[in-house]
Amino acid sequence: MGMKMDIELIDKNGLRIDGRKPEELRPIKIEAGVLKRADGSAYVEWGKNKILAAVYGPREAHPRHLQKSNKAIVQVRYNMAPFSVGDRKRPGPDRRSVEISKITSEALEHVVMTELFPRSSIDVFIEVLQANAGTRCAGLTAASVALADAGIPMKDLVVGVASGKVDDVVVLDLGKEEDNYGQADVPMGYIPRTGEIVLLQMDGDMTQEELFKAMEMSMDAAKYIYGLQKEALRKRYEMIAREETEEIEGVQ
Amino acid sequence: MSGNKVVSEILRDYIYNSLEEGKRIDGRGYDEYRKVSIETNVIQSAEGSARVHIGNTDVLAGIKMTIGSPFPDTPNVGVMTTNAELIPMASPTFESGPPDAESIELSRVVDRGLREGHAVDMEKLCIKEGELVWIMFIDVHILDYDGNLFDAAALAAMAALASATVPASQFADQYPDYDLGEDFPMPINNYPIMSTFVKIKDVILVDPALDEETVADARLSVSTDPEGRVRAMQKGLNGGFSYAEIQDIVRKATEKGNELRDILMKSL
Repeated sequence: MGMKMDIELIDKNGLRIDGRKPEELRPIKIEAGVLKRADGSAYVEWGKNKILAAVYGPREAHPRHLQKSNKAIVQVRYNMAPFSVGDRKRPGPDRRSVEISKITSEALEHVVMTELFPRSSIDVFIEVLQANAGTRCAGLTAASVALADAGIPMKDLVVGVASGKVDDVVVLDLGKEEDNYGQADVPMGYIPRTGEIVLLQMDGDMTQEELFKAMEMSMDAAKYIYGLQKEALRKRYEMIAREETEEIEGVQ
Repeated sequence: MSGNKVVSEILRDYIYNSLEEGKRIDGRGYDEYRKVSIETNVIQSAEGSARVHIGNTDVLAGIKMTIGSPFPDTPNVGVMTTNAELIPMASPTFESGPPDAESIELSRVVDRGLREGHAVDMEKLCIKEGELVWIMFIDVHILDYDGNLFDAAALAAMAALASATVPASQFADQYPDYDLGEDFPMPINNYPIMSTFVKIKDVILVDPALDEETVADARLSVSTDPEGRVRAMQKGLNGGFSYAEIQDIVRKATEKGNELRDILMKSL
């Protein structure tokens, strides 16, 4: 994790630098079906993060040698816009985004019923428009809503959420300063209904007990985020249903 | 690393059936590593080097050092760069060309374990704050791939670092305005060790051999330090773990980390 700094991340009242309690998430907003052209899409605002996800497919997998004869592959491209961070990010994939794309793809492949679409690819594009710590988790959360919006058969939705440690306190959902100057970060992809952990990383310095406490915090929070995902999809389908009813009434 | 390999149904069944009888196909216990051997200082042109065998997996790590500018946001510490190459000689599935996602993940996970585990005291690699620092390249070459590259690469990198000498005297002429001093041993601060587990059906195994890795559902690598603190983790493959399985793996990783650390210390 980051450098040592004389910055107080937890104040004397036990509150965090942005005023949150240790087990408190940043405000999260999720919207499904935000792009016209994509087969499915979602937009997530998570604190100061602004993230778009789009899904195309199932379609023929390219390049061909990637095709699997018995199932579809889920290809993910996690990308940060050059203007999404303080110092302009050079466009194109760097090593960090290649790694994030890979683990996100693995997490989503677990829930997508890939066996239904041999030789095809389901392409997921995650575009970070504004970054403020926790983009891989917000991106995974957005991507699973976009997949559902695209009508891709899935066993469940995946929730991305992180926890970590700052000033020796285990906290949920690290913000920017906490990410930079904190002691540990544990991003996680979790399926609340089955209790499966499909993405897990950690860096920093934690005892086993601290790590387990952090994971438990994330799992609790994931239940709430899962609700937001489902609510976004429900709203989207209500809107589609309303539009269709109006169309039918118009014809009559 | 199970990329595009076609898995024989016979092999898959053989591994599954053996596990049902409580056995691994090479006869090991679930919590047992293959034979681990470490040899240091095997390459004289490198500042430090180590060759690690875990069973038939064979990797070579080398350290090269040069002098350069620090990053602006970390003016008082040296620079560390880790790279792992899956060279085509090591496996029929490795291809030449720019690093693919597999090797990038491997490099970054090895790097994370060493960096977060504070393996090297990076402040001691500062020559003059804000101006000149030691730049350290850790390059891991995979020579023969029979599974579990994460542990082999992380162990080779740690052993190579621990055996390295900072070549200060070589640079004296190039930087006459700075006092580089004499050659000195790499300032090692800590010995983080990575231990990798896979899940096949409902069984958790340490140190997967290639055949096991090929049929594995999920993988978890955990880097721990001598105090048993967790420094880095990476989950891979498209299967899932339950929370209880992860707790179990983290506890075992500490134990296995200590075993590997003993082997490392004896090799130095």
